[in-house]
Amino acid sequence: MKDTLLKIKAEALSAITQDGADLEALRIRYLGKKGELTAVLRGMGKLSAEERPVIGQIANEVREAIENELVQRAQVQKAAELDRRLAAEKIDVTVPGTEIAVGHIHPLDRVQRDMEEIFIGMGFDIVEGPEVEYDYYNFQALNIPPDHPARDTQDTFYITDNILLRSQTSPVQARTMEKRKPPIRIISPGRVYRSDAMDATHSPLFHQMEGLVVDKNVTMGDLKGTLEMFAKKMFGEDTKVRFRPHHFPFTEPSAEVDVSCFACGGKGCRLCKGEGWIEILGAGMVHPNVLRICGIDPEEYSGFAFGMGIERVTMLKYHIDDIRHLYENDIRFLAQF
Amino acid sequence: MKLSMKWLADYTDVSDIDTKAYCDRMTDTGSKVEGYEILGADIENVVVGKIRSIAPHENSDHLQICQLDCGTGEDIQIVTGAQNVFEGAVVPVAMVPAKLPGGIVIKAGKLRGVPSNGMLCSIGELGLTTHDMPGAIEDGILILNDVGLADAPIGADIHDVLGLTDTVVEFEITSNRPDCLSMIGLARESAVSFERPWTLPIPKKPAGADGDEIGKYLSVEVKEPSLCYRYSARVVKNVKIAPSPLWLRMRLRAAGVRPINNIVDITNYVMLEYGQPMHAFDYACLDGSRIIVRRAAAGEQFISLDDKPHTLDDSMLVIADEKKPVALAGVMGGQNSEITDSTTTVVFESAMFNGPSVRVSGKKLGMRTESSARFEKGLDRENTMPALDRACELVEMLGAGEIVDGTIDQYPAPAEPYKMKLESEKINRFLGLDLTQEAMADILRSLDFVVDGDEITVPSFRDDVRCMNDVAEEVLRIYGYTRIESTPLTGVTTQGGRTPRQLYAELIRDALVGMGVSQAETFSFISPKFYDKIRMSADDPRRKSVVISNPLGEDTSVMRTTVIPSMLTVLENNAAVKNRDAALFELGTAYLPVDGQDLPNEEKRVAIGFYLNDVKDASGFYKMKGIIDALLSVSNIYGAEYALYSEDNAFHPGRCAVVSAGGRKLGVFGEIHPLTLANYNIGAVTYVAELDFEALFDARVKLTEYTPLPKYPALERDFSFVCDEEVTVAALESCMKNAGGANFESVKLFDIYRGPQIGEGKKSVSFAVMLRAADRTLTDEEADGAVKKILKRLEAECGAVLRS
Repeated sequence: MKDTLLKIKAEALSAITQDGADLEALRIRYLGKKGELTAVLRGMGKLSAEERPVIGQIANEVREAIENELVQRAQVQKAAELDRRLAAEKIDVTVPGTEIAVGHIHPLDRVQRDMEEIFIGMGFDIVEGPEVEYDYYNFQALNIPPDHPARDTQDTFYITDNILLRSQTSPVQARTMEKRKPPIRIISPGRVYRSDAMDATHSPLFHQMEGLVVDKNVTMGDLKGTLEMFAKKMFGEDTKVRFRPHHFPFTEPSAEVDVSCFACGGKGCRLCKGEGWIEILGAGMVHPNVLRICGIDPEEYSGFAFGMGIERVTMLKYHIDDIRHLYENDIRFLAQF
Repeated sequence: MKLSMKWLADYTDVSDIDTKAYCDRMTDTGSKVEGYEILGADIENVVVGKIRSIAPHENSDHLQICQLDCGTGEDIQIVTGAQNVFEGAVVPVAMVPAKLPGGIVIKAGKLRGVPSNGMLCSIGELGLTTHDMPGAIEDGILILNDVGLADAPIGADIHDVLGLTDTVVEFEITSNRPDCLSMIGLARESAVSFERPWTLPIPKKPAGADGDEIGKYLSVEVKEPSLCYRYSARVVKNVKIAPSPLWLRMRLRAAGVRPINNIVDITNYVMLEYGQPMHAFDYACLDGSRIIVRRAAAGEQFISLDDKPHTLDDSMLVIADEKKPVALAGVMGGQNSEITDSTTTVVFESAMFNGPSVRVSGKKLGMRTESSARFEKGLDRENTMPALDRACELVEMLGAGEIVDGTIDQYPAPAEPYKMKLESEKINRFLGLDLTQEAMADILRSLDFVVDGDEITVPSFRDDVRCMNDVAEEVLRIYGYTRIESTPLTGVTTQGGRTPRQLYAELIRDALVGMGVSQAETFSFISPKFYDKIRMSADDPRRKSVVISNPLGEDTSVMRTTVIPSMLTVLENNAAVKNRDAALFELGTAYLPVDGQDLPNEEKRVAIGFYLNDVKDASGFYKMKGIIDALLSVSNIYGAEYALYSEDNAFHPGRCAVVSAGGRKLGVFGEIHPLTLANYNIGAVTYVAELDFEALFDARVKLTEYTPLPKYPALERDFSFVCDEEVTVAALESCMKNAGGANFESVKLFDIYRGPQIGEGKKSVSFAVMLRAADRTLTDEEADGAVKKILKRLEAECGAVLRS
């Protein structure tokens, strides 16, 4: 009987470990109610009292061995099954992803927002003003009386004799100074209009950002410090600024401000036309006449103002060679930003 | 202003400074250099030659073979087609190899078999005109004998003979510095910039010696002393009109002024040198021997020197004789008193007119001249006499006539020198510098200010210096803008930031971008025809726009009152380049005129637009509605209502909705009407929305308290029923909500079906209704009871029957 049991064990284990063995069928065949092992155990009653516990123990060991093997093989088979399924489920990961529509912020707005963030960080508010504006705020309050030659440099669209499309964002300076008392720290981005025919570098409508600071003891050094900070944040920490004398009727002294070329670092390249510097801003100390006209005492307060073209910065930053791209709104262009 | 470096050498010596370094420093001290040009650099190896013999060409009846002496020791053979050559003629010869303007290179060659080793040059080939070289002809070789250069040394470089070499620096002079629109002004700036000495030339005052006197010729009356501050004049008799000498012509040419004749050239030369515009009248043309400075009569006719007729008005100042205007003051002379070859007596005018007056006259008549450009900016009243003296000096130097003794100088209100304090401490504080008062004074003195202690006398040519800031700038630009130390802002700390409106605009932009819509920027001005293109009705108040009085063209002539046409144009642009689908938005402004208000209301709008190529049904409408729903959701705008809107002809009358919240209209959106679409080259079904930013902003609900999440499960009941096509989903939903009782939570549409089994004019609509009690789990019986009520009410109010 012992031999029979050991034979069953050997046969069963061999069958179970076969690749692809049907484990459930084998369990029934050996361990089921009508299974081979069960059949053998049924004959136990014929054994002697001495033999019975010995054979019983062997029979239990055989059952245990078969059961263990069945469990183990079941795990192996399951793992192999999963491997097969995963292998079969392999896909081409280079097939394009499901299209999720994504919009893009207009480059002008993106650059404007970058600029705004820098000045907000320096304590500036954003103030807006009307685009259809009085001649008074666009010119006269800025120390540009009627028939002043400076009006020639800004060909202006008029609505009536005293109402126009603002040719600069500077009227917001005058409006702000009329309303608020120092300390004033504002920027004012927005649309401005000049009677220039559209070509690669001109547009009758473009965007400027104006800045104004008025307080006690504001110096030209503060102006330079502020613009230097702006330039570093906007164009990179190594950026330098350079002031050149210029004339604006509403600031005195006035300066044109260059930044070191952010494409070549100042060595000279195509972008900066070999100069190493790029003109980007107009700035200066607020003219005492302007302060006075707006109700601020120039003996007590001083201030500075600056202005820059957002198109210009955008075009320089992204090497855009034609301003018309910015207003055609071709999605192939917009999708790049 | 073009500055000849050769001419500059008359006043100061900067010849050792490299041109680039000169330009950079001048820019740094405030005279901005636009660029520079080296004249004559495009001509190489052109020398003076003499034609020794001419022989006919045997294979040509128009070519001639010249043998020339070019100082090389042997004859040079050149074949020419020019007919004006003759033996003994002195001519410019382009040797082999030579370069000529326009990139032309001269090489040895053969003309009809005969070797030719160079080229004889015409004035055109040397880049000159008959104005530069009077006496020369255009279609022939430049015969130097004809232009007074017969004695030019053979073999000499043509640059030296014609004075072609010069460096011309072009300055952009700002409007506050008219004094720098002159050689003298720029000489002063150059000398100060490089700390060089310089000489201000003092013209000698030529006087007639024959007892003749100006009073016998002329009297001047200034009727408008507020527009003509000073009028100075001299008379020259026995004038011999002739070309100016070569040196003078070449200086004018370098400055970009065309030489005419000796008298006119003198006036231009003095204007360039002194910055004082001058005019020369033919004395014989002055009726009554009088000059009257007066306002023009309204409608008075005047023909200017350039032969253009003008109708004047009484805002314009004219120089007149007893009968007629002979010049438009400060702008241009008249044809009727122009200097001609037969002029024998000349009146030189050197005057100072009111700037704005000159500007207005010029602007009204569309005229802008070298003269008016200077007067507009305000000139130096003390400059009229030196300029006049200089002109007379040049007349004598050139032998152009005889000066009549005496000067007329009408100067009723001489300007007092302007004096002010030198506030050195204030200037230092203002600029963030630490200069001594003496250092400031030195800079000012170098610029011809008189400084005595702390009193400054501003020179008469510097009307732009009137306050502390102006003085600060003078000091700073010479001391160096680059030497200002950067300092951080100090003082009261301010809290910067965006306003709630600005933040909301950012939110809208970011939300739309997240929904796959890209941002556009379009022009605020449009063509009034755009209103027709979107089929706006004739009496639509939006047709009343702010109109630009001087537009560039009709297509940018009115300020838009709606952003829809701009959006359609953007979509059209994208369709034109075959972009398959395009979805764009703009945060744009509409400009709405308001009665009784000077300035229009500028209203921010949100325009959204897209076109869909393969769509024939109304799904685009629901895409747009989905975008708007999402926008309202991120804005915390609740309870928005949609209603069919058929009033706007831009839109499909059955596929357009007005969206509102709390009774306020938020905007309109829908499918573009086929007839509107026909006006745009889009070629695909197009949807556009125009939302009112301010209404959206106001409709937002500020979240103050959150709603706790439900503790008990909801029961969902789905059902479909059939109703008439006319019954709207909104009506069904509202009916269910009203009938649902206390435990009704929400209803969601999940299908609409139309088909033969439903019947004509009917639709099957499927909803999922959610029922929930806040304090317990609902029983099925409770839910069924609620559904029963809902169905009953639907049938009664909407005629909707449960689909079996």
